Amino acid sequence: MKYLDEFRDGRVAQGLAARICHEVEPGRDYALMEFCGGHTHAICRYGIEDLLPGNVRLIHGPGCPVCVLPSGRLQSAIDLIERERVILCSYGDLLRIPGAQGDTLLKAKARGAEVRMVYSISDALDIARAQPDRQVVFFAIGFETTTPPTAVVILQAQREELPNFSVYCNHVLTPPALRAILADHRSASGAGIKSNGALDGCIGPAHVSTIIGSAPYQFVATDHQQPLVIAGFEPLDVLQAILLLIRQINAGEARVENEYTRAVTPEGNRKAQRLVAEVFALRPSFEWRGLGELPDSALAIRPEFAEWDAERRFTMPIIQAADHKACACAEVLRGIKRPQDCKVFGTVCTPDHPLGSCMVSAEGACAAHYHYGRFRQAAT
Amino acid sequence: MNPTLQRFAHKLDLKHGCIELTHGGGGRAMAQLIEELFLAAFDNDWLRAQDDCARLPVCGGRLVMATDSHVVSPLFFPGGDIGCLSVHGTINDVAMAGAQPLYLAATFILEEGFPLADLKKIVDSMAEASRLAGVPIVTGDTKVVERGKGDGVFITTTGVGMIPPGVDISASRAKPGDVIVISGALGDHGMAVLSQRENLSFESPIVSDTAALHGLVAAIIQVAPGIHCLRDPTRGGLGSALNEIAQQSGVGMRLREAAIPVHEPVRALCEFLGLDPLYVANEGKLLAICPAELAETVLAALRDHPLGREAAIIGTVVEDRHSFVEMETIFGGRRLVDWLSGEPLPRIC
Repeated sequence: MKYLDEFRDGRVAQGLAARICHEVEPGRDYALMEFCGGHTHAICRYGIEDLLPGNVRLIHGPGCPVCVLPSGRLQSAIDLIERERVILCSYGDLLRIPGAQGDTLLKAKARGAEVRMVYSISDALDIARAQPDRQVVFFAIGFETTTPPTAVVILQAQREELPNFSVYCNHVLTPPALRAILADHRSASGAGIKSNGALDGCIGPAHVSTIIGSAPYQFVATDHQQPLVIAGFEPLDVLQAILLLIRQINAGEARVENEYTRAVTPEGNRKAQRLVAEVFALRPSFEWRGLGELPDSALAIRPEFAEWDAERRFTMPIIQAADHKACACAEVLRGIKRPQDCKVFGTVCTPDHPLGSCMVSAEGACAAHYHYGRFRQAAT
Repeated sequence: MNPTLQRFAHKLDLKHGCIELTHGGGGRAMAQLIEELFLAAFDNDWLRAQDDCARLPVCGGRLVMATDSHVVSPLFFPGGDIGCLSVHGTINDVAMAGAQPLYLAATFILEEGFPLADLKKIVDSMAEASRLAGVPIVTGDTKVVERGKGDGVFITTTGVGMIPPGVDISASRAKPGDVIVISGALGDHGMAVLSQRENLSFESPIVSDTAALHGLVAAIIQVAPGIHCLRDPTRGGLGSALNEIAQQSGVGMRLREAAIPVHEPVRALCEFLGLDPLYVANEGKLLAICPAELAETVLAALRDHPLGREAAIIGTVVEDRHSFVEMETIFGGRRLVDWLSGEPLPRIC
């Protein structure tokens, strides 16, 4: 089947793996970060690390939207549904993410709060239309990929003058996070933390890049002198991107390269960008789990759409909630620690009893390693 | 006959009527429901006796008993409905012990207001499944709950069967060196049900594989009575079934992804929804674990049967103190096939 088999062909993978093994320089260490959880998932799901030579190391990045949501903002939503009795709609992954003191939307649901899992934000709009006597809030989360649909629905709610629908906006931006990660790793390697410090290249986002294009990553090459290869989420895309990165590193180059040409253009999806610009504006600063406060890294709903902005319609005080002390999600999200380096990985923190967000989402590095790669630890 | 002398003045309105609380009240309305719907469909001597139990002849040997509740939503899905599913599910649980299923009991929990026409469709489907399988429903029970306290209909079935002499099949008997065989493609049932959910409603050609597997089991046992384990990978799919067996037997499993059959539409829908076919429910597949020397015999017996045409050898049992189920991916890498966590697909059976 097109788009299922052609990017998962085992023989092509073996060929690419052989090329990688042939082209790596034996005396050199290649530390490559895949930014997106989608890539992390493909790497673990297909056992891609088994195909790579020992000196090519893959470091998981922060590109999992629910993983980087700070527990305080989640707790604000839990408080809102319990206080105002609104119907909160969200994507499934969010339900088990720990907020303050390990509380979750799923636990709030069990206590009687109305939390509905939806597959699309337009389902939330349907719920609002069907229940005009109830306030319906959609918990919007995600990088640039999920922002355009949120914009479309807010515009639709405005057109219909829907009085009982609003959006809790937690949309974040990829380039500022990438910038923070690269600065972090540069200072870490400068400080002599070699083991997991220096990065040699990045695998750039797939779906996000279909919206924003490849141009916004130029700073990686110009400011940080690092190669970045935008790659699709299929396992062959990942292998191909690794090969392209190794070639650039060997040649001493630092360019933004696009492996995902079947979907990504330099300028991206202009129509989607216009929709986003119409509805959203930059927040001066936003807190990320693991990365802390990052300037210009998230979007807020413009004042013209205040009526559909849950943060303006309701009182949603900012809650400061500390993550669990033993949880190393912050370091895992920054690529400073591997999941298995966390003291509570697989013991106190498991997918059934997650302490941190990275153990919950299918795109989270800890969950991916736990589900697919745990056996490697048994071998060591 | 003078209508005033008849037991029931009017026949049950199976076209437009619906379940009322009196249908579970133990009085005349319940007697009528049983007589005109359940007895008419399941008709046999045990039910006709209209006792609260069935008296069954038994002979020496080992008896197997299994029970299974069905809460599937929606009640009707491509390839089946809650009725035939409830018959197949319990027959399969009995059959996986290597037993010949003999009798079923059925309990209905009905919600006030449930259309009798839908109930009739479900009961007819159960009767047909039971007749085709040759396993009669010999006793039952009916309860009615108030509107809003149920979800249409829940059905619990219990089955008994006899294990033939010389057969010893259990999930604790997998041994290193054994071979793992699957009777066909994975995930048809789960994706057929999911594709009909009101918030998804995909147009897809996927139909449930729901089927009674005791004939398939008998065919295997006839040629390979020394088989070690049988399991129908229902809720939680193949991944969960293998983890359970690995744990119970204290062994590990090594699978080959390229050998595991999955139909194209199931693969596509799973891909779209971010699901792994290894964890999607089946209702008409079995997993057989047998000594290596029996593997080809078991495979041939499966493929000879209409329900096992796509059977395949998918892996082997190994020593592993962690009881890990590992898989060689289509790329040649390795991954764990872990226990399922959470509940991605509620009310699939």
